Parts: sequence; structure tokens; C-alpha cells
Amino acid sequence: MAVDGGPELVQLLTPEGERVEHPNYALDPTPDQVRGWYRDLVLVRRFDTEATALQRQGELGLWASLLGQEATQIGSGRALAPGDFVFPTFREHGVGWCRDIDPLQVLGLFRGTTNGGWNPLEHNMALYTIVIGDQVPHAVGYAMGLTFDGASDACVVYFGDGATSQGDVNEGFIWGSVFNAPVVFFCTNNQWAISEPSERQTRIPLYRRAAGFGFPGIRVDGNDIFAVYAVTQAALAAAREGQGPTLIESFTYRMGAHTTSDDPTRYRSGAELEIWKHRDPIERVKSYLARNGHADSRWFAAVEAEGDELAERLRTGCRALEAPAATAMFDNIYATPHPRITEQREQLVDYLASFVTPAGSR
Amino acid sequence: MSELRSFFLPDVGEGLTEAEIVAWRVAPGDVVVVNQPLIEVETAKAVVELPSPFAGTVVSLAVTAGQLVPVGTALITFEVADGVSAVSALKPGAEVLVHREPVLVGYGVAAETTARRARSSRGEPASSASAPSVGPVLATPPVRALAKAHGIDLAQVPASGLGGVITRTDVEAFVKSTRVHAEADAWSGPALAAERIPIRGVLRTMADAMVRSAFTAPHVTEWVTVDVTRSVELLERMREHPKFAGIRVTPLTLVAAGLIHAVRRSPRINGRWDEAAGEIVLPDHIDLGIATATPRGLLVPHVPYADRLSLPDLAQALAQLADTARSGLATPAQLSGGTITVTNVGVFGVDGGTPIINPGQAAILCSGRIAPRPWVVDGSLAVREVMELSLSFDHRMVDGAIGSQALSDVARFLQDPAVELLLA
Repeated sequence: MAVDGGPELVQLLTPEGERVEHPNYALDPTPDQVRGWYRDLVLVRRFDTEATALQRQGELGLWASLLGQEATQIGSGRALAPGDFVFPTFREHGVGWCRDIDPLQVLGLFRGTTNGGWNPLEHNMALYTIVIGDQVPHAVGYAMGLTFDGASDACVVYFGDGATSQGDVNEGFIWGSVFNAPVVFFCTNNQWAISEPSERQTRIPLYRRAAGFGFPGIRVDGNDIFAVYAVTQAALAAAREGQGPTLIESFTYRMGAHTTSDDPTRYRSGAELEIWKHRDPIERVKSYLARNGHADSRWFAAVEAEGDELAERLRTGCRALEAPAATAMFDNIYATPHPRITEQREQLVDYLASFVTPAGSR
Repeated sequence: MSELRSFFLPDVGEGLTEAEIVAWRVAPGDVVVVNQPLIEVETAKAVVELPSPFAGTVVSLAVTAGQLVPVGTALITFEVADGVSAVSALKPGAEVLVHREPVLVGYGVAAETTARRARSSRGEPASSASAPSVGPVLATPPVRALAKAHGIDLAQVPASGLGGVITRTDVEAFVKSTRVHAEADAWSGPALAAERIPIRGVLRTMADAMVRSAFTAPHVTEWVTVDVTRSVELLERMREHPKFAGIRVTPLTLVAAGLIHAVRRSPRINGRWDEAAGEIVLPDHIDLGIATATPRGLLVPHVPYADRLSLPDLAQALAQLADTARSGLATPAQLSGGTITVTNVGVFGVDGGTPIINPGQAAILCSGRIAPRPWVVDGSLAVREVMELSLSFDHRMVDGAIGSQALSDVARFLQDPAVELLLA
């Protein structure tokens, strides 16, 4: 069982909510900032819980839960500068939250009412990538483009522990390294690639692989939002300063199933889950806030109430998401009108118009 | 004001068509809140809890535990306060499916929807050959011609094509089926009753176990024919012996004793494959499983520590085991486990077979019926009581030499059990 992050794990906030110092990562967030993080963590968890319920009620075709990975996503998402660009997997709901993507836009993808959900250029976040590891070469290409443009932005690409076994990811590492691209490789090691444990992906800790490619690798406590924030911010700063890529291995745990189609009790032990329950990413921030007098029970209750409102908005909003018109599929094929596509669209319109609807239905 | 709302079984796992109801978490009269667990269902992928989409009072439950129901089946009806729940899309009855078509992935494609669009008259000439049909029939001209040639009303033909189009194959199948029906209708003799048997419970367990075993353990089966005349004689003497008074003594008693005898010499056939540990586990005793036909289906209860029982005790344990299993009183502990198994197909009057090993075990012994046969004894023909034995073994654990040794040990035991028991 991979439960121990080892001596090189960067941690700034213990599971008990106590601050610890790290020589490389000084961080002194304001109480407002930490309260903001806490609110983010609670609300994305609520978003996730509600989406899981909606899937079980038949309102979503599928859902990929982020349970347990809230700090990994909010910590890194809040470390981004506005100009930075994100390349996500299909689980980065918390990062999308930080990029101001409405949770309903995300639900649309899983409900099948959209093929994407948002305009990547409006949010500086690419669409979800379902194919494992595909987004890494995309991100490296984007980062190389930033260099060619002389831009001072960076980009971050998310992928899982399982993706590190993919050729695309390793090719991305090589290109990013030799072109010194301003990219942060953010590996969410949640210990399980569907049913394959991380021991089956690697014989050495994943962050150490970076050495072979020629850039730094850091393992961070993925359930510690302080540490994830600090490490991501440092890696992004290095990228913007022309120091090239960094591999961040965020050491965390997938508390739920891979997706709603998966049953983790068939392949992993409850003992492992118990260990990680004690490392909850939200509880430790709550302890920190309460212990230092930065928040009282009324404030915590207000955040909970905000979560209930969000849940209700998502329930009603999700059910109200309309399927697009059949002809919408032609809209984003070419930037400008194309005679063949126009012809096909007209054929489809004629065909659909040739049906009559029996009275009383629809 | 309040109104009734139903919740229908969604497709909770990308393309599932059905689920088995495991257990209800609520009962009629219960007041439930949104997202409160309602029911546990088992799909081909997982056991999942379905949370309530409504807040309200449970009026009725439409399905019961153990039922296998298709996606879209109404599960439960609630009384909800009017306008309180924002869930307005769901209404009782098939209407919901109509409303949701084209369906969300989560509800699967609703086959029974009435909303299938009819072609307008502009789009398609109505089939003149099949005048009485209600809706327009979709078929290409050659298929219509074929139907006409056979004198078939296309409206009667089930369509399998895209969008309800009747294909050539559909017409051909229909022609064939009507012809068979005509011949069948003339038959007045005894007829079979068509039936669909739900695969669950003992049946499901058996099916899963057999598939798991047959497709993971490489099976080898060997067999031997043996003269058991002396066993038959010994059984008769045992039945008269005071130590066996009141005990049902059957050939299985000696077959079991013979197998125990063989395990002592070839313990590998009593082994267990431990995939996780990468080990073959050899226990220090024998839990002897007996494949037993019961009204519920095939069960394999076992006699624990069978190797530490005297012959009368073994006979008694075997008799009790079968009785307990058939009466449905066997405990789960008795029904699982077992380190090696005997299946006695002889009781059905057959000579033998190639049994499938109980998953995880190394071997299973199959004993056939005992019948008088011509047999060569000391160079001349004699009529002897003869039995066939076969042993299936998992070739990962047991090689041909060990398996053959074990089987021939059982055979030698049954050939002269008194001597083998004395020398044991």
C-alpha cells in the first residue's frame, strides 16, 4: 500500500492543522486567503457530492469524483496567474472552479448536452481530455508557443499517476525539457489508475523521474492546500523566469470510485481508505482556522449554507440543461462556412422536417 | 396541494440495461429528504445506492428485493409538496420516457416510447398491400415486394432496422416463423412449457463459480474403470455391522474414504491456489466437499476435517450433509470452503463425466454408477461390479504424474478397500 509520502514530501500544514515550515517554501497567507481556500474546498466537495447524486438519479451519464483531491486542485488552481493556461484531465472540477467555470458548464459535458462546456479562451483552461495523457504534448506545444511569442505566462498540465506510463506523457517531458518550455507538469498521484495501484506504474517515486528528463521533481502533500499552493506557485514562477519545466507529484488519494461506473471495493482494501480519511484536506484547514481564531462556528455554518444553495442551484440547473439542436454538431467544424458542411446541414434539416409528431407526445 | 412523483431506474453505469434490486432503505410512509439513500441495486458493474431526487413521503414501492428489472422501470412513488421540489420533469408512467426522448444517457434508449416520429405522408407512400396497418410502415421497395410475394402484411413484421425500418432479414425471419407456427399448431401431443428462469441466488453463484473456474484453472481430466465388486461386498458387510447401525451406508462412503486415502499420499490435490500471495496453499486437513443436487440448485456443502473421522463417523457425516443441504438448513460456512470435492453422478445412473473444479480447489473426483459388466479376471471373463472414476485437476497445481497417482490410488482403494483400510 502506498500511503507514506516519504521524507521528501513537502508539507506546510499537518493533518492536525498545525503549520510547519519548509526551507524552500516560505508561505504566509492572510486569514482572508485561507478562509477563501476553505470556502473553495467545501464548495467543490459539495459540487462533487451533488454531481455524484445526480448521476445516480439518472441525470448525468457519468461522473468522475474529485473526493479527497480538493486541496490538490484548489491549491494549484489558486496559485495560477490570470494569464496562465490550464490543460486538465476529466477530473479537474476544482481547478475549473478556480478558473471561474460554472459547475453547470461542467455538468453539461457529463449530461451530454455539450461536447465541451466552456470557451477555453475565456477561462484560459482547455476542455477536459478523456484520452489519458493526451493533454501533455498539447500543453508543451502551447508552452513552446508562449516562448516563441515572448509571452511571460506559463501553463500547467494535469495528469494522473497512471498517465505517467503513457508514451505521450514521456514525449511531452522530453520536448518540454529540451525546449526549456514554461510548463508545469502536475501529476495528481491519487494512488490508483482505475484498479491499478501506483506500484504497478513505477518502481521509484514518480517525482524522481524528472531527474532523468533533466528538470526538478517535487513531491508535495496533495492533501495540504498550503503546500500545494506554495509548490505550484514556485514552479510557475520558475517557468515564467525561463527556468523550464518542473514535475510536481501531488501525493493524495482518490477517496471514491474512478468514475460512477467503477466499484473500488472490488480491488482495494478498506484499511488504505481509513488511513487517508485521517488526512482529509478540508478538516485540517478548518482546524487551522479555528485554532488561530480566524473563523468561528457561525462563519463555518455560513459556508455550509452556501454549499446547500449551490447544491440546490446545481440540482435544478442540471435538470434544466437542454439538449442542443441536432444541427449544432455542424457549428464548430470549420471557422468559416464550408459548402459540403452547409449541404449536409440542409439535408439533415430537410430530413428532420419530414417527420410528423403524433399528437399528445413531446 | 401535493402530487405524486415516481423515480425510475436509471442507467447508472454507461450502457447498462438492467439491475437487480438488492435492498430498500425506505418503506411506505417514510418521509425522505433529497439525496437520502433510497435503494441499493446491483448492476453488472457494481452495487450502488440510489439517492432520492425528491423530498416527500414514500407512497409505494413498485419492486422488491431480488427482482431483476430493466432500466426505466418505476421503482418508487412519492407524494411531494406541490412546487416544493424543483424536479418537474418526472411524472409517473411511461410519459416520463416520452418526455425525455431523445434520452439522456442515464435513462438508456427508451424502446417503449410512443414518441417515435411517424413519417408524414409527404415523406413516404403508405404501404398499399398492408392496408389495415395502423401507422406507416418503413421498408424499401424490394423488401415490400418480397413481403407481397409471400402474402405478408408488413405491419405484422417486427422491424430491426435503424429507425424502425423493416429489413429483408426481418421479412425472411417472419416467413420462417409463420411456417413453423402453422406446422406446430397442428400438433396435439404433449408440449413443452416455455419459461424464463431468472439467474440469481444459487443459480447465479453456480454460474459464476463455474465460469471463474473453467476459464482460470487449466483443467485436465483423467479417468479409470475399476472393478468394485469387493467394495460392494464390503458395503453389505458394513450395513450389517453394529457399528453402522442406523447409518445410511452408500458407495459414496467408500469413494470419500478412497479420496481421503489418496490425498494422504498426494497432498497436492488438496491444495488451494492463492493468486494474491503467489503460493499454493496445502492445508493440514481435508474439508471434503460433496456436490449435492437440492431443490434450490447445485450446492457444495462440506464435511470439515473429514480425514480425522472414523469410517462410521464419515458415513454418518455424509448422510447428514446431504439431508441438511436438501432441507435448505445448511449454514453459509458449510456451503463455502471445502478443500476438495466429490461429485457422485452415479446416483443419476450415468457412467461418469468431466467435472469442473470448484474455484480455488485443485481437484474434483467424479464417481459413476456401479453396474455389472463383463470383466477379465485371471485370464477369463467374469461378471463383476464395475465403476468409472474420473478426476479433474488444476494443472497449475497438479501435474499429470500427481493426478494419475491420486486417481489410481482411489481406484486401488475401491478395488480392495478392506486391505487398503487395514494397511492405512
